[in-house]
Amino acid sequence: MTDAAFTRRAALLGAATAGSLLFAGGKAGAQQRPAELKIGITTFLSGPASVFGVPARQAAEMLFEEINKAGGIGGVPVRAFFVDEGPGTDHLVGEYRRLVQNEGVQLIFASISSGSCLACTPLSDEMRKTTVLWDCGTQRIFEEGPHPFAFRTQGYATPEVLAPLLYLLKHKPDFRSIAVINQDYAWGRDSWEIWKTAMDTLKPGVRVVAEMFPRFGATDYSTEVTRLLAARPDVILSTHWGGDLVTLVRQAAERRLFDRSTFVLPVAEASMQILGRTMPAGHVIGARGDHWNNHPRPKDPERLRRLVEDYRKRYNEYPIYPCHHMAQAISATQAAYAKAIQAKGGGWPNDQELANAFRGLTFDSPTSSITLREDGQGLEDQIVGMSSFNDRFPFAVPKDMVIFPAAMVSTPVGQKSVDWLKTLKPEILAQVPAAIAG
Amino acid sequence: MAGWFSENGLLLGLALLDGLSYAALVFMVAVGLNLVFGVLRIVNVAHGSLFAIGAYTAASLGLFLSARGLPPAAGYAVLLLAAVLVGGVLGPVIERGVLRRVYGQEDVLQLLVTFALFMILEDVQKLIWGVQPLFHDAPMKFLGTVDVPFGEDVIPFTAYQIFVVPGVAVATLAGLAWFLRRTLTGRVIVAVTTDKEAATAMGIDAAKVTLLTFTFGAALAALGGALASPTTSLVPGVGAQTIVLSFAVVAIAGLGQIEGAALSALMIGMGRSIAVYFEPELEVVVPYLIMVAVLLVRPQGLFGVVETRRV
Repeated sequence: MTDAAFTRRAALLGAATAGSLLFAGGKAGAQQRPAELKIGITTFLSGPASVFGVPARQAAEMLFEEINKAGGIGGVPVRAFFVDEGPGTDHLVGEYRRLVQNEGVQLIFASISSGSCLACTPLSDEMRKTTVLWDCGTQRIFEEGPHPFAFRTQGYATPEVLAPLLYLLKHKPDFRSIAVINQDYAWGRDSWEIWKTAMDTLKPGVRVVAEMFPRFGATDYSTEVTRLLAARPDVILSTHWGGDLVTLVRQAAERRLFDRSTFVLPVAEASMQILGRTMPAGHVIGARGDHWNNHPRPKDPERLRRLVEDYRKRYNEYPIYPCHHMAQAISATQAAYAKAIQAKGGGWPNDQELANAFRGLTFDSPTSSITLREDGQGLEDQIVGMSSFNDRFPFAVPKDMVIFPAAMVSTPVGQKSVDWLKTLKPEILAQVPAAIAG
Repeated sequence: MAGWFSENGLLLGLALLDGLSYAALVFMVAVGLNLVFGVLRIVNVAHGSLFAIGAYTAASLGLFLSARGLPPAAGYAVLLLAAVLVGGVLGPVIERGVLRRVYGQEDVLQLLVTFALFMILEDVQKLIWGVQPLFHDAPMKFLGTVDVPFGEDVIPFTAYQIFVVPGVAVATLAGLAWFLRRTLTGRVIVAVTTDKEAATAMGIDAAKVTLLTFTFGAALAALGGALASPTTSLVPGVGAQTIVLSFAVVAIAGLGQIEGAALSALMIGMGRSIAVYFEPELEVVVPYLIMVAVLLVRPQGLFGVVETRRV
């Protein structure tokens, strides 16, 4: 009896202890794993750059919906908080702090504008909050100092400008004069500096016949087109984008400027479906990455097809590169959480553990694999080709495509782009991969 | 030296041709703003939205009717129709619904109200037309190009750019001058512009005049947008870009001055164009340099009159 009573008491005590431990353990897990994964996303919802920002938000909404249907990230449903970059960096800095302090977001996706990214990355250092730079291109971010909590999940200005230059040097090497017409802000100026530095290194002696930087959002380029017609450069570089590029191409095409000079348009992809047949064939076009709808060798053709078709069905237009960049940021986040949760034995990661997971992460995009280097910069391949038309698309897509491996056209870790570009040797042209018909 | 003059003389000729076209577009927007200020004494920030909505309406109508077999030549009537529609619908709604409540109020309040209206209309544009660039260039393509000799070369210009746009601007200027000076309604508007109190005392219905003038000004802004729409791409923010330059034109001209607006638009158009050819870095600032230079010499603008303060 006594033994039996002892045994009963012991068993009850043991059960109670085990139960409380189990409960405590379960409670500790519940405390760490949030009810929802909050992600702050800064993007342009107003102003001219909303031509990028709104499609990217649409892509995020579509993809998060799919992710939540499938159980969320690490079993936690995702909730996105969108913030408009339109009002400027002062406003954005306040919004960043609000998202972290008031909304309690676990990470932030920032931003389209390079100025916005330059403002947000110091905040990521200060607030120790993982910040995914999902679209901005400035090379300055990781070249001017370390940002332990910032990671860029796509390419950046240097490879996006160098790849079209190498393509031009390989496929139309005989040009002797060039003119530039870029938007008058950081991207327009920086991209010209990158191009000119690399061009002067690889093909010295090219005559620059016009350098024009019309104001951002200009509605009329008639005067610039006239000057270019009169100057007759062999090549015209323009890193214009959005409505500005559409206006420039239309006005230039109508006045036969495309017949006189070869255009190089590194950011053309996002404007091709708007331009339709207005975009002339036979000019160099880029996409700020490798995400063309007619990618010749996508890593996951089914995933690319699904992304394009789902987006088309839902929004009645093809996804443009900011949609792909958003998809890359989301893929990277999924992969980082999976890595961090695994590293913690199934536990939910804190800010530091999440950042650790991002560093050196390799994740798949629909078109390729992207690796985040030790400095946080993503290595994304670049596809450049000649504008052409086929039966599949009612707008220009590239043919004779060259897939530039990211490492070939990216500044090595710890170096500044302009310094590195000055060390390029003409032999690099021999390394340019062969063109794929497309 | 002779060669330098010869070459740059040719370039200057091209620059003047470009400047004329640009000036015409700027004038079309600024003249409505100026007219409205003359009568209502309100600096209407939302004028840029009327430009944008006029442009969007013209492009949408053009695309809609083109898809249904409208001949390209009829595209010009569509531009006019868009201006009439936007001016006729939005003009009275804005004047009666909003502006009427702030007549005679502090300038700051009036600016805030029209700025708020501008922000609301920007969002309305995004709701209706989305954010992707929109264009309809059939009216521009219809007339084709004209080759202008340039030494041994030729420079193609669109006929729309060098004939239609300046032509409409000149017709607008002449029509407005005739309307304001030769018709009873025009004279009534001028009377209210000159002295609203005296005009009212003489039996003029000032409320009706303000409504008419604002509607007319709104239609002019919309016509400017419609006229620009075949050559440009419409995106969010297009109204904001336009209104800033229009203010510079109005400041140079003197508030309420129609012919002044034409001259200052010409100065800005030519100045900007010459800058693009000879000193492109100055392109953006040239309109404002001209404005500062004029205001330093004549603070009331080129054609403005110094107003005596009534006590």
